[in-house]
Amino acid sequence: MNHPLPPETSDVPLAPGERLPKTQRDKLSPEAVAKIQAIASQFPDRMAGTLPALYIAQKEFGFLSLGAMKEVAAALGVTEGHVFGVATFYTMFRKKPVGRYHFEVCTNLCCALNGAAELLAKVIEKTGARPGEGPSPDGLWSVDEVECLASCGSGPCIQINHGVFDEFVDEAKLEALMDACRRGETAAWGE
Amino acid sequence: MAAIRTKPDHQLYTFEGFGSSKYPNLMLRGAGDLHNWHLKVYTEKWEGYEACRKALKMEPAAVTAEVKASDLRGRGGAGFRTGMKWGFMPKDTPERKVTRYLVCNGDEGEPGTFKDRAILEYNPHQLIEGMVIAGWAMQCRTGFIYLRGEFSWLIDKLEAALQEARDAGFLGKDILGTGWDFDILTYRGAGAYICGEETALLNSLEGRRGEPRVKPPFPASVGAFGQPTTVNNVETLAAVAPILRMGGHAYAQLGTPGNTGTRIYGLSGHVKRPGLYELPLGLPMDFILNDLGGGSSTGRKLKAVIPGGSSAPVFDAKDFDCPMDFDTVKARGSMAGSGGMIVMDESTCMVQALLRLTHFYAHESCGQCTPCREGCNWMEMILHRLEHGQGRPGDLELLASLPPRINLRTLCPLGDAACGPVESFLQKFRGEFEYHLEHKTCMVGAKSILPELVAAH
Ligand code: SF4
Ligand code: FES
Repeated sequence: MNHPLPPETSDVPLAPGERLPKTQRDKLSPEAVAKIQAIASQFPDRMAGTLPALYIAQKEFGFLSLGAMKEVAAALGVTEGHVFGVATFYTMFRKKPVGRYHFEVCTNLCCALNGAAELLAKVIEKTGARPGEGPSPDGLWSVDEVECLASCGSGPCIQINHGVFDEFVDEAKLEALMDACRRGETAAWGE
Repeated sequence: MAAIRTKPDHQLYTFEGFGSSKYPNLMLRGAGDLHNWHLKVYTEKWEGYEACRKALKMEPAAVTAEVKASDLRGRGGAGFRTGMKWGFMPKDTPERKVTRYLVCNGDEGEPGTFKDRAILEYNPHQLIEGMVIAGWAMQCRTGFIYLRGEFSWLIDKLEAALQEARDAGFLGKDILGTGWDFDILTYRGAGAYICGEETALLNSLEGRRGEPRVKPPFPASVGAFGQPTTVNNVETLAAVAPILRMGGHAYAQLGTPGNTGTRIYGLSGHVKRPGLYELPLGLPMDFILNDLGGGSSTGRKLKAVIPGGSSAPVFDAKDFDCPMDFDTVKARGSMAGSGGMIVMDESTCMVQALLRLTHFYAHESCGQCTPCREGCNWMEMILHRLEHGQGRPGDLELLASLPPRINLRTLCPLGDAACGPVESFLQKFRGEFEYHLEHKTCMVGAKSILPELVAAH
């Protein structure tokens, strides 16, 4: 499936003190709202649906804009402040767009001992994206450094969207993986 | 179902003698085999759910007694006795009817630790069976499996396994005709190491920020959703079915007195055969490092090992003979912790290694306590100066003065966890730190293992 790139025009994070006009929202699909409500009803307290709901919203929009967070709050019936607080606490909730293939390179100690720094440098060079700076110009790639991915015995490793790929000792492996992404054989973000 | 792994992994799980009575194979059974996770394989090959049938015929208190007899200690890090923990769950009283919860802590985020993933990936039914037995022993109605967010690719598999168990009548309503209902829900975290701490995990499970809570009240009285809750690690719960099957006393014969059973050690870093090794407690570290792990992967001598996940104080070569059990490792100044052993050879710059670890703790501090929030950052800044040749006179003394001001002065153990490496690295490898300060360069001449973020700071 050809997944659309994350929307570019969605509202970007606000500067401190800046407020968002009330009307500016990303509309969650009715299916997503239904899913959020079904999940929340499984728990003794609807608030427990916050993390799953944020994942659902993130899947729809590619990242969590303020508008998306407001939608989540409305779907759950919790305050916007709560949702904002949770979304900004956890690193896996993205406040900025990511590329279709989001490379998260573990650079923690075990991976570092086995060459994670070189791997990261290669990923940056080949994708043209830099950690923390959003997607590459073609929208295909983005790169981040992450902490331990629980693949320490087979590091260095990269998580791409929903898959962990390990044992990146040579460049050829990285190239093969990027080719697989280009051919659409690896799930794009949100799939 | 896209996330169910279809390619074999390179992880090592077996070694000569594995599965014999000397090195019994209780939790990693079938690990590495991509079909092992199915209920069919579990029941046909591994006596799956037999322990569950046995437990459900026993009184709940007798099940807890069996776990007490096994003397099983929690495998998540603290090594607290599991049977005792279960015993803390309150009973209903005329004044208070409670809903008891069982929570499985699958937030495996400590660098060097990667054992729970193997259980979840290859033996999910053993975990589910353990949870059903634990749920029965404590008379819970609901169990939660809290997984770290990055394990999204494991959730589909776990959900499928849970559904298999429901379809076979091991989960859900009226389990095996006992009239008792119990089901398990999965919950996915979102990338915060601190959620491995049990009260932070509970906050996260309730849909909040994963900030640790003040204890007391302990989760056994006020836990998830305000109700009594027991939080156990994945590996701990996976050990429950073998205990019931073998009997607690037989299980306690494995390992050493007070440190019973088998546990999974994870070898990573400069070691020839990194991977997971399930072994009885109490085997010496150099046996695990050399005989099983094949020794150094680089041909250089090994210089240091962190014995139990990144927060454990480091060992240098003179401690490599240490028997790996909770008490001995502690007596020698470290922690058996999560069983994740990080191996470093002679070419490793200890200043760099410590900077990388400290960066991790500074990054993961939830920010509630000043000593942890500020202290971890401060330690990172000093180490950063040292590593980059900008150390100032007195920096080593300053660095050494920080852990005593963080240790035991914070809400949760993350602050202490950050101090363990700093204190031990400074003590055991002080020469390297002094060299950095004096000569503005590295004593071992190591090339940088530091990635962008840590290097830039
Ligand atoms: S010690 Fe650190 S991580 Fe733990 S509660 Fe305090 S600030 Fe948060
Ligand atoms: S240190 Fe990289 S996966 Fe654990």
